Amino acid sequence: MEELSALFQGFAVVLTPMNFVLMLIGIILGVLIGVLPGLGGANGVAILLPLTFSMNPTSAIVMLSCIYWGALFGGAITSILFNIPGEPWSVATTFDGYPMAQQGKAGEALTGAFTSSFIGAFVAVVMITFLAPLVAKFALEFGPPEFFSVYLLTFCSFVGMGKGSPFKILASMALGFALAAVGMDTVTGQLRLTFGWTELMRGFDFLIAVIGLFGIGEILLSMEEGLAFSGKSAKINPKVVFETWKKLPKYWVTSLRSSLIGIWMGITPGGATPASFMSYGLAKKMSKNGAKFGTGELEGVVAPETAAHAAGTSALLPMLALGIPGSPTAAVLLGGLLIWGLQPGPLLFVEQKDFVWGLIASMYLGNLVGLLVVLTTVPLFASILRIPFSIIAPVIIVICAIGAYTVHNAMLDIWFMLLFGVIGYVFKKLDYPLAPLVLALVLGDKAEDAFRQAMLVSQGDLGIMFSNGLVGGITTVALLMLFWPLLSRLIALVRQPKQDEFAAERPVD
Amino acid sequence: MDSHEGSGTGVATNIIDAVVAIIVIIAGGVVIYGSRKLGSEWTSEGPGAGYFPFYIGLILIISGAGVLYQSLAGKNKNTDVFVDREQLGRVFSVLIPAAVYVGAIQLIGIYVASAIYIALFMVILGKYTWIKGITAALVVNILFFLMFEVWFKVPLHKGTYDLLSGLGY
Repeated sequence: MEELSALFQGFAVVLTPMNFVLMLIGIILGVLIGVLPGLGGANGVAILLPLTFSMNPTSAIVMLSCIYWGALFGGAITSILFNIPGEPWSVATTFDGYPMAQQGKAGEALTGAFTSSFIGAFVAVVMITFLAPLVAKFALEFGPPEFFSVYLLTFCSFVGMGKGSPFKILASMALGFALAAVGMDTVTGQLRLTFGWTELMRGFDFLIAVIGLFGIGEILLSMEEGLAFSGKSAKINPKVVFETWKKLPKYWVTSLRSSLIGIWMGITPGGATPASFMSYGLAKKMSKNGAKFGTGELEGVVAPETAAHAAGTSALLPMLALGIPGSPTAAVLLGGLLIWGLQPGPLLFVEQKDFVWGLIASMYLGNLVGLLVVLTTVPLFASILRIPFSIIAPVIIVICAIGAYTVHNAMLDIWFMLLFGVIGYVFKKLDYPLAPLVLALVLGDKAEDAFRQAMLVSQGDLGIMFSNGLVGGITTVALLMLFWPLLSRLIALVRQPKQDEFAAERPVD
Repeated sequence: MDSHEGSGTGVATNIIDAVVAIIVIIAGGVVIYGSRKLGSEWTSEGPGAGYFPFYIGLILIISGAGVLYQSLAGKNKNTDVFVDREQLGRVFSVLIPAAVYVGAIQLIGIYVASAIYIALFMVILGKYTWIKGITAALVVNILFFLMFEVWFKVPLHKGTYDLLSGLGY
């Protein structure tokens, strides 16, 4: 078991006192970010990224990935206690979580949510431990056409699995690619699409986009509602925790199913939000208590939380093994790799063993520590939510501005952040998904390089995308995904479609 | 978001949708124009610098046209009010001060601008007393100052007129 020995090596890396402290800081910051409106996993990590520039990459990734776990945990707190999903993927948690809190069973709901988050993440990490090295080994054989086909699949999956108008998904994605193209061309060194504006030479950094789109955009949205939090209080004591833990094994089928859904949706860039909804829907359909879902069933909290966390964790597999992130947060972590001077992609497993296995080990430990931290500190974080919005909002805007500035020490970036904030607000209101834009902005240059290299090999013949079984297969699946909205309509003509009962509640992610 | 349906007056969502779609189409046009100028054809060294952006511009135009069609002639067009006047007022009450704040950062640096911004936001929008607003603003910014300038040694923007130059950072 080569992987196991590598994993233990990783544990040794993570368990230095310094890394352990960073891990704790990461988790606590992460929960805070998950709880606060306007700060989420993606932009929280983006804002804190510049602080890690001087750290060694392993410590940096340990801290940042722990922020991510913390944010995943934190989302559940606001959903259950305040009926406000802190993150899009915790919308489904509110369906049963908030009714439970209203019935005074907040402690039980929170324990259930945290524990199943942990289980989802754990199953996903075990999968990553054994699958990621295999995928990476396989991908070492990839040439430019193969890589481009995988990029194509990533982006076409957004269209195939996304919700809402496929044209909007496409527009959002193409906008990301267009913004990525601005600045110095990586191949010819020409300035592209700057229209004579030298400050644009740097291009649009995706970190700025993430901070603006998710941070400022979210604040504007919350402000529109004239936000007033009114939450349930939570008391978690060991007795509630143990009693809930006794009930949880009953739902092992739901947990397992939700984990698998989450893993699948996380590796393909379906993302945590659809995963949580799909898993909630399936649990409702298959459970004996299905009819009672929505009135405060523990199982209705277990299903979406397990899936969301499993998906959030699995999104790191393609990021690690292929250099293609499965979610905006994974994309920000990928951006981190580039900044720390690591080349993401399959070679990472060969050249940076300490880094990769340190990260994987920190996933195990981070989630375990995260579970303990949130179980013990929920009342503290719930009280943060009672700080009035008129204090939190300006502070978050200040944090976003600082975060945007530190990326390149450029004043212009703060203006861009504001601009992206307005775009984020309008796009959210019009149901344009933001994840494709961010991923396209991150991967734009690399996807383009792969495409150009592939075209160079074939002298401009698109037929190279079908030149062998592997690349042809991936391309075919990608095209199927791209035209899926059309195909599903054709299928619907022949057969009555099944109604998706949660379609209205599911946010466009 | 849809809880305010029907309340107040304002522009219908599908009109805004159409406007954004037109902006997307224009953006696509700009990208195509830019990439044509760069050379979107096959050059002697392979695909030119504008080769890939050209297709991106094309996709932008196609998708923009699709959204435009759906918003104006689609079956399920959303004619709810996009934002009513009260909501718009609240959004602008954050957005405009934020823009002024960014302008202030340029002039007097992040720390001073942030302190003034937080204090004013709390007093004017949050209806706090001046003492509370100023205290919170100072505490937050001193914390940031220590964290960035002193602990992590990440210097932030000091502005054209550095009011904190006496501190030596």
